[in-house]
Amino acid sequence: MNDNAALLARFRDRLPPYARTLGIEIIGIQDGAPLMALDPDSRTLGRPGFVHGGALSGLLEMAAILALHAELGSRNETKRLKPVNVSIEFLRGATLQRCYAVGRVTRAGRRIANVTAEAWQTDRAKPVAEAWMNILLAEPRE
Amino acid sequence: MDIPASGPAALPPTIDAMTGPFNPEMAIRIMSGHGHGGFIGLTYHAHGPDWVEIALPWRADLVGDEASGVLASGPIISLLDNATSLSVWTRKKRFVPQATLDLRIDYLRAAKPGETVIAHAECYATKRSMSFVRAIAHDGDPSDPIAHAAGIFMRTAWPS
Repeated sequence: MNDNAALLARFRDRLPPYARTLGIEIIGIQDGAPLMALDPDSRTLGRPGFVHGGALSGLLEMAAILALHAELGSRNETKRLKPVNVSIEFLRGATLQRCYAVGRVTRAGRRIANVTAEAWQTDRAKPVAEAWMNILLAEPRE
Repeated sequence: MDIPASGPAALPPTIDAMTGPFNPEMAIRIMSGHGHGGFIGLTYHAHGPDWVEIALPWRADLVGDEASGVLASGPIISLLDNATSLSVWTRKKRFVPQATLDLRIDYLRAAKPGETVIAHAECYATKRSMSFVRAIAHDGDPSDPIAHAAGIFMRTAWPS
């Protein structure tokens, strides 16, 4: 779809150095939010055989923030996003295979957005980690 | 006759191969010798009976906002995860297999571009299965933290 292709192009340009350094990619759009992927290697290895929880958290945060950007973009709103907090639950050990993550905006009000994100590997119904974030929506700098 | 090699003893390959009382400095060198902790450049800073400090030097390729040069939150989460994990073993004085059950982080302010971030992590309680941890991350002044963390580690195996 053209809309999705335009969204993809816009978000790919927006990935910060940290995401590119770890090999986090945007591979599609799912329910209006960027679908993220990470292929684990030595850059993201935690305890032997498993992806590092911090790298997985980075992937979840990126998915949550980009889902919020997509939501605000669809409303033609321009805000500066300032993450207030994040909580991550590690549900299963993430083994050394492709990790996916997507965010979902629960609510984006005038000042605060509540966003969740989920990461999974082979089975979407068996998430390896999930996160919620509260994000302050600040006015853009002049 | 074998002549012993001179110089410092080789590091054990993994933390569970360490012998004697738990040594956080050696553990960080092992953890940062490979994998994610090494890739983002975590180094030992200090430790006490139930706390550990680890440093994350600023690096351009770990930045979250190119315009300002502020570090991404991802490497700070990894720093806090590793530091809190080490605080459990430091308090227990030995390695036990464990996994992060959950980790919650409050972001107080952005890290200063170019500054090393230090995590001060403390294990304040250990139970049969769960170990409870808290930490702050700062960039020079512990009374002006960048982030605050609270988390739980769950033991994943017991000696048979």
